[in-house]
Amino acid sequence: MTAGGNSFKRWFRRGPWENGATVTIALGVFMLMQSFSHFLFSQSLTVILTGTIGFVIVSHFPE
Amino acid sequence: MTDRTAASIADRAAAATPAGLTRRVRGLSDRAIAWLFIAPTIVLLLAINIFPLIWTVYLSFTNYRANRPGRVIDWVGTRNYERLLGSEDVWEYMQATAHFVSWTMIIQVILGLGLALLINKNFKGAGFWTTIILIPMMLSPAVVGTFWTYLYQPQTGIFSYIINAFVEVGPIDMIGSPGLAPWSIIIVDTWMWTPYIMLLSLAGLRSIPDYLYEAAEIDRANTWQKFWHITLPRVMPFLMLAVLFRGIENFKMFDMVVELTSGGPGSITELASINLKREAFEKWRTGYASAFAVILFVTVFGLGNIYVKALNRVKQ
Repeated sequence: MTAGGNSFKRWFRRGPWENGATVTIALGVFMLMQSFSHFLFSQSLTVILTGTIGFVIVSHFPE
Repeated sequence: MTDRTAASIADRAAAATPAGLTRRVRGLSDRAIAWLFIAPTIVLLLAINIFPLIWTVYLSFTNYRANRPGRVIDWVGTRNYERLLGSEDVWEYMQATAHFVSWTMIIQVILGLGLALLINKNFKGAGFWTTIILIPMMLSPAVVGTFWTYLYQPQTGIFSYIINAFVEVGPIDMIGSPGLAPWSIIIVDTWMWTPYIMLLSLAGLRSIPDYLYEAAEIDRANTWQKFWHITLPRVMPFLMLAVLFRGIENFKMFDMVVELTSGGPGSITELASINLKREAFEKWRTGYASAFAVILFVTVFGLGNIYVKALNRVKQ
């Protein structure tokens, strides 16, 4: 195994990235449905979309 | 059946197959045959699910109106999305949806887990009561919505009658009152879907091995400690799964609420999906409604990813 391959495996592990994407989706859904800031509501789709696309990508990372 | 008989049947079947067909099938690899079987399903899936999805995404960037088929369709870019996410009304519909989803989840989890703990005691007649409790879940949401409108009638409905038996407050207009209407749909959804949460919680409770409780007994743990340190952590993945599943379903809730309140009084119970239907099939703003549908789809898809992750955790 090359040093580059090891470094990739160390940084791009599925678990933490998947957790990050999950938190982003949950944050986006919260922003969409909260009742105190219209600005958060208007940005919610971007956040959910980022989290969802991120989730699809990181779910292909190695364990 | 002996091997000789089986071989004879196979030989006769091979002999009955037309010669041309035999050659063609023998020429295909296992992979090709597998594709041959899967292809009709994939074609159906593409035609019924994937094509409408892609078409909706395309329409969400246009000013298309389905009631004016001859009109030229203009590309409007992200204008529909900007109008939706900048609208105070849409924000209110999302808040109505959030109120409905969050309260149904909180109440159903508490009641569902409580019922599961009771049923898990295996008292006499537990099977009978489990069946009775599960009945509402088996009914159609449209039927449930219709008969609860009768139960909620202020003058003749049994709901008002029962409340007045405990507290003298006069006729209660659950569906017509702006303060009570959001709770009327929460009560009906809770009545219908608490059994589902109970069922999943019961599966979690039945998976807990007895030796954990026996060890806790030896350590002189009290009932609360056993519940907090053994029961709840073991049932939690099942509860998470139930909450995610019901949360997604309630986010898309349409039929039961339309039958009960039609989004009223005013627009107090107008959930996102009800407004989406109004925009698409009453105001005929198809492009705008498509953008709304895409927003709801992305949200449900995102929640679905979390759901699959939770499911994998339960499997482990």
